[in-house]
Amino acid sequence: MSNFFEKSDLSRKEAESIISDTLRKCDDGELYLENSKSESILLDDNKIKNSNYNSDLGFGFRAISDEVVAYSHSNEISKNSLKQSSENLKSTLKSVKGTYNHEIPKSNKKYYDNINPIEQKSLNEKIKILNDVNDYLRSKGDKVKQVTANFLGEQKSVEIIRCGGETLSDVRPLIRFNVSVMLEKNGRKETGVYGVGGRQSYDSYLKDENWKSVCDEALRIASVNLESKPAPAGEMKVVLGPGWPAILIHEAVGHGLEGDFNRKKTSAFHNLMGQKVASEGVTIIDDGTIDNRRGSLTIDDEGTPTEKTVLIENGILKNFMQDRLNARLMKTRSTGSGRRENYRHIVLPRMRNTMMLSGKQTQEEMIKAVDKGIFAVSFGGGQVDITSGKFVFNCTEAYEIVDGKIGSPIKGATLIGDGPSILKEVSMVGNDMMMDPGIGTCGKAGQGVPVGVAQPSILIDKMTVGGTKL
Amino acid sequence: MVKDQEFLEKKASYCLGLAKKLGATDSSVVVKNSVSETVNFRNSKLDESNRSDDLGISITTYIGKKKSSISSSNLLNDNLNILIEKCVETTKNTPEDEFNSLPDKDLLAKEVRDLDLYDDSHIANDQKIDYLKKLEAAASNDKKIVNTESSFTQNKSNFVLANSEGFCDGYKTSSFTASSVTVAKNEKSMERDYEYSSKCFLKDLDDAEKLGNLAANQTIRKLNPKKIGSEKIAIIFDKRIAKGMLSTFASAISSSAISRGTSFLKDKINQKIFSDKINVFDKPDMLKGLGSRNFDTEGVKTDTLKLVDEGILKHYLIDTYNGKKLNLKSNGRCGGTSNLYFENGNTNFKDLLNSDSKSLYITETIGHGSNIVTGDYSVGATGFLVENGEFKYPINEITIAGNFKDMFQNITLANDLEFKYPTNSPTMLIEGMVVAGK
Repeated sequence: MSNFFEKSDLSRKEAESIISDTLRKCDDGELYLENSKSESILLDDNKIKNSNYNSDLGFGFRAISDEVVAYSHSNEISKNSLKQSSENLKSTLKSVKGTYNHEIPKSNKKYYDNINPIEQKSLNEKIKILNDVNDYLRSKGDKVKQVTANFLGEQKSVEIIRCGGETLSDVRPLIRFNVSVMLEKNGRKETGVYGVGGRQSYDSYLKDENWKSVCDEALRIASVNLESKPAPAGEMKVVLGPGWPAILIHEAVGHGLEGDFNRKKTSAFHNLMGQKVASEGVTIIDDGTIDNRRGSLTIDDEGTPTEKTVLIENGILKNFMQDRLNARLMKTRSTGSGRRENYRHIVLPRMRNTMMLSGKQTQEEMIKAVDKGIFAVSFGGGQVDITSGKFVFNCTEAYEIVDGKIGSPIKGATLIGDGPSILKEVSMVGNDMMMDPGIGTCGKAGQGVPVGVAQPSILIDKMTVGGTKL
Repeated sequence: MVKDQEFLEKKASYCLGLAKKLGATDSSVVVKNSVSETVNFRNSKLDESNRSDDLGISITTYIGKKKSSISSSNLLNDNLNILIEKCVETTKNTPEDEFNSLPDKDLLAKEVRDLDLYDDSHIANDQKIDYLKKLEAAASNDKKIVNTESSFTQNKSNFVLANSEGFCDGYKTSSFTASSVTVAKNEKSMERDYEYSSKCFLKDLDDAEKLGNLAANQTIRKLNPKKIGSEKIAIIFDKRIAKGMLSTFASAISSSAISRGTSFLKDKINQKIFSDKINVFDKPDMLKGLGSRNFDTEGVKTDTLKLVDEGILKHYLIDTYNGKKLNLKSNGRCGGTSNLYFENGNTNFKDLLNSDSKSLYITETIGHGSNIVTGDYSVGATGFLVENGEFKYPINEITIAGNFKDMFQNITLANDLEFKYPTNSPTMLIEGMVVAGK
């Protein structure tokens, strides 16, 4: 754990007194301290191109009165700097007359170990694996023209000090291993990308040369794409494979169920609570409590323990995801979803691991049920317009389906749909729920946070596929 | 107050000195400070105030052809000592790369011109609030507007870049940014749109009422959108979307994508990649330019480049490392382009709308559908159907797709270029793209 006051002229006691003095008449707020250490090692074009180490330290001081948030952050943990921040907050919230809400739930559960993944493996070992990855992939034939592989490791220590001196803390490990390979055949180039990661040590993913399976998957996707033909354009049936394609859930409904957009009534879902928003059999949860997953958190960035939140149960909208601010204003409780990219940013309600649970059908049944459509297996990213509800996601591996059979691979294309209605078009839910491999980052208001997704195979009766073949 | 040059230079020279003492044969360092103050309004009331004071340092050390880097926000000497020692240690253990080096000394910027990038004026939060009140009053005037969010940010930054070849320079920059996001609603639909203005100088910022009115009008006209059928159709890109084509073009001609072979524009130098009326400039020395600079992130001087001359690709964007790989000299584009723009075409906006009896006018795209390896493009889009030069009705839930290789050859530009962003384009027409809808 970090001792944030060790090398500062500011003692913990003095900090507590400034915090209490600033927040006493506010409705909520806290001092958030963060110390993160991260590394990135990149192999590209046959060389170790980059080895970078970053150490980031700072605080964010937040005061909330009614709906108004005042925030001030700095890198300097010093008496002067904290006092200056306190003055900034007071000058915004000129006449506060609230009562500080001291209530914050407690839990002893932890969803990852207190480790520093960067220190657990030496630089030389990491460089060796990256070189092995390069050699392995380039031994797969002349068509391999480019290999990129990288390690990202991080340990983030956070401490939250509330009015009155109550302190909550967490140490979060996070790693990611990515491989990208480009193939060329008859002048045509295609790329395949795959990766793994989560809140564990590198070894949990990479021992016994199991990095080879990551390479194989990247190579497989690139090979499939070399044979792909132009994607169709227009509305058709879409079968989504299990796991990573759950980006659909994240974009189509996840963002629209975040508390802030619903309090402000700018989400297409704001007036649908308790109503049917999905087909029967569709249940979606957002879960921060799965051991070692990329989107899991022991406590959120306001100190609330995370939980498993049921968003949609058997087609009915049950809950939004809440941080403390939006929960208070909507007269409900925080679901432990208050997150921020780092101390430079304010807290927003965010997703953790967003999952559609398994149903009863098989993927085979779904394919058979489609006369003309596509089968989408792997995806890049997605995006949503919260207000109109329209969302997109980009296929990176997909096939046409003709008369109930999987046909040729098709080129990457964007799929577009309408969030509030798409889940009503789900006509089959598979029995094969799978988590994603642990590489997702979600962006909102300029802040990126690590998230996870999961889903079984699903059949969507109508979606627009953005190809070029009419 | 943003830290002065003297403080930043002192930190930089401390780091260079220590790196040398610990065994680095070369090193470079960037020290930055950025102070921002933001006020946000929502539905005509104060919603958030945010002050940020960011310090940052990044150091790269070389031992011969070995290289490693560190970065930190903690500038205390105690911490820098630990980090630089770690950086030099890591450098020793990193494999050699023959192309690693500082820039050639004769390419480094010799003089730093005053490009008018810093405005000393300070706008207090109370004045920001006055501006936002006017803006929100204009934005929420129409009853169909049900939510307004607006923001005013003042940013002052300073930096110093120094390396062991004796380069040491930097300068202050400022920006003032106001934005308005509005939501309009009726029985059938709810839509969002925005408008914004960002300038180096406070006095150049758009008028608050103008900004609010634009945001509201652009949102209201999107109400009751329709979905159209799938077809091949001419597409007109609003300026705020058209500039994205240039950003993709810039990624595809970056020396890193070229040297790695991962660009659809590899080996296209001196070939015709755009229609023959197209000229593209990257001009770093525009006064008050949002992308202006005296040198790139390695200290290399940056001259104006005519990247595309009558449709022909004339330059890649070259940094030191990838330049050495390609056997080309850096042209000062480490970190990307400066003020990048298409020169005006010779058609006015109205005539461009009239080019085809039926076309789509696109005001927003979503998704990350640009693939610079293959040139394939497919994104979600929102806009309007245009018939005989008239806006007929709003369109949404469609995608537009094509391949940049073809799209670039089929561009016609209007003559309405303005410098609103670092990268700018006039309104753009592209023939022959595919829309997927119903």
